[in-house]
Amino acid sequence: MNRHLTPNLILGAILVALVVGVAGLSLIWTPHDHALMNIRERFGAPSDVHWLGTDQLGRDIVSQLMVAARNSMTVALIAVLMGGSIGVALGLLASALGGWFEDLIMRVADIGFAFPALLFAIMLSAVFGPSLWVAVLAIAFINIPVFARVTRGAANVIWTRDYVAAARAAGQGRFAISRDHILPNVAAPVIVQATIEFAIAILAEAALSYLGLGAQPPSPSWGRMLSEAQTLMFMAPQLAIYPGLCIMAAVLGFSLLGDALRDLTDPRLTRSRQA
Amino acid sequence: MRTTAAPALLAALALAFAAPAAAQMRISLGLQQEPTSLDPTSDATAAINVMLAQNVYESLTTVDSSGAVQPQLAESWEISDDGRTYTFNLVQGATFHDGSPFTADAVVFSFERARGEDSTNPRKATFQAIEEISKVDEHTVELTLGNPDAFFLFDIAQGPASILHPDTVESNASRPVGTGPFMFDAWTRGDRLRLVKNPDHRNAENVALEIVEYRFISDPAAASAALMAGELDAFPGFPAPELIAQFEADPRFTVINASTEGEVILALNNARAPFDTLEARRALSHAIDREEIIEGAMYGLATPIGSFYPPHGPAYVDLTGMYPHDPDMARQMFEEAGVLGDTLLLRVPPFPYATRSAEIVQAQLGAAGMDVRVENVEWGFWLEEVYTNKNFDMTIIAHTSPNDLSNFARGPDYFYGYDDAAFNDLWASIRTEVDDEARFALIREAQEYLADAAVHGFLFQLPALGVFREGVEGFWESQPILYTPLSEVTVR
Repeated sequence: MNRHLTPNLILGAILVALVVGVAGLSLIWTPHDHALMNIRERFGAPSDVHWLGTDQLGRDIVSQLMVAARNSMTVALIAVLMGGSIGVALGLLASALGGWFEDLIMRVADIGFAFPALLFAIMLSAVFGPSLWVAVLAIAFINIPVFARVTRGAANVIWTRDYVAAARAAGQGRFAISRDHILPNVAAPVIVQATIEFAIAILAEAALSYLGLGAQPPSPSWGRMLSEAQTLMFMAPQLAIYPGLCIMAAVLGFSLLGDALRDLTDPRLTRSRQA
Repeated sequence: MRTTAAPALLAALALAFAAPAAAQMRISLGLQQEPTSLDPTSDATAAINVMLAQNVYESLTTVDSSGAVQPQLAESWEISDDGRTYTFNLVQGATFHDGSPFTADAVVFSFERARGEDSTNPRKATFQAIEEISKVDEHTVELTLGNPDAFFLFDIAQGPASILHPDTVESNASRPVGTGPFMFDAWTRGDRLRLVKNPDHRNAENVALEIVEYRFISDPAAASAALMAGELDAFPGFPAPELIAQFEADPRFTVINASTEGEVILALNNARAPFDTLEARRALSHAIDREEIIEGAMYGLATPIGSFYPPHGPAYVDLTGMYPHDPDMARQMFEEAGVLGDTLLLRVPPFPYATRSAEIVQAQLGAAGMDVRVENVEWGFWLEEVYTNKNFDMTIIAHTSPNDLSNFARGPDYFYGYDDAAFNDLWASIRTEVDDEARFALIREAQEYLADAAVHGFLFQLPALGVFREGVEGFWESQPILYTPLSEVTVR
């Protein structure tokens, strides 16, 4: 057996494939219309028609979970991409320019770290009204300092390498070096970080939706399903259990995958494994 | 020595705490809505009246649990033969909580303030109908109405007609001072409000409770947990009908399903498109399915209404069949009105009956071809943007005041945006008709008129679901007026 195929990697990859697969499938097919209500058939037990039963308004739970998975993945993907690209760019810039500029960027990043994402989301929703995009922006915002810091840390190491010194001696500019030599070499830690941030983004989206700041009805989301199921815990516990399990599976999957990828790409661990 | 000291100390402490606790009768009540002000004469928030009317504040008259008018700060009154002049004989020896005496001056001041130019009284129209008010002597007030008013004695019993003292009126919003059986003690915003017994009240010997604590718990799950854990003795307006069955089955609790004066409506902004046309409003009435909303949002615990009058009232007509649920017909009517497919902004205040109904209304209107954007907003935002600025197409709200058909005669400045001279005349004749039967006939006519004009989507009568711990007694089992009086409440 290949020594890279750790249980973490396998389990993480399976869970991620499952969640992403279901989210993708919901684009073309769900068992029912997720928003279709049938109040006379609410709290239905699992059956051939409704595989996991129906919720408090008689909507099909499987369809809701599927569309919610799509919403969750979309938010996480856009937020991590947005936060990641801005963060990476800032990190590269800080590392390339150094001096007071680097200090400034990093101190601003520290402030960003300290700023609670929830508060930011509440601020945004006060201005624009609650929506899925508020959740995206808030999560993207908290991602910027994370990526800036990771990128700058890794980039600073690369800048001390001989081949970078050679490139400088050959007259390449700081930005060209960043593009040609630094960026490809910081890609690995950034990708690992992105996978882990993806898990955090899913959790953050669920939290924001739980508070009513994310996806608005009728668009389903795991977090809102949880909050609506809250008072029904004694009557219909499954309504809270299903979205809870989905959040767990998605977050666990991306976290495990991120961990496994970090282990694979970390040179220190690679060396110890080879020894 | 050290080993015996601790238990002895504990015993002493236990005694110290147990002694006053046994002598004090206290009650902890849950409340879903927290007001932003504590002055019922300037703010329409229902929770102010629920907590303070009759407990901290008193009025000239009061209403008993059967809905009949009784004397309060006015011991008795005479009405002139033309029904316009009232002479109130005030109680003697009553005092405000700050010690100042209650006299005719306070009554004249309160009424003058309520009808004044810059008054923000929620029931300003009642007071503006007063032509003249004057003090006859220290304990007699005389006032003359422009027209006879069948609801006057009832209206001046309500929270907005509370009698305030001129010296403390400015601070009432945060530190209420009244003449009632309980005195305001403290308000920790976002958490609780405390009242203590007023030992100087005229009726103090019959009031059992010493300390009343209202806890603001907006989340139904937390409210349920607090009741289960014994943190609360009662939750008079319990917000989660789905949890009622659980309390009914539990011998530790009693559940009261009281009828209220609260009509829940899908209020339409009659002043702006698309609901400025009768066709679009009627289409909406056909699009909504009340039974489904009541089942889905209220778990069946509410009575449908077809107009704006409570089903338990003496002049009720059942108009729920006027616009049968028919999405296809609604779609066609929306199309004829030229608004099919329009986006409607449904701004919803943070009450479970409203947010839950909103989701179902959204789906029902969706089935009739309309795109509804639901926006769940905070209470302060709702008061500002919906109630004051009228920036909405639809909202869902319970009107909890009695005799509030008058809302439709409030003119274009009220958030309904409804202004209809014919209805204003009809309401004027209802007000001035003192014969009960004749007035009931007019009220029936008004209900039909409003249903015919489809002013709003009339949904259901809000039930007052109260959950009470075993041993808590003396709460009203009906709500003819917006009070929750505590002077007869006992806790075992």
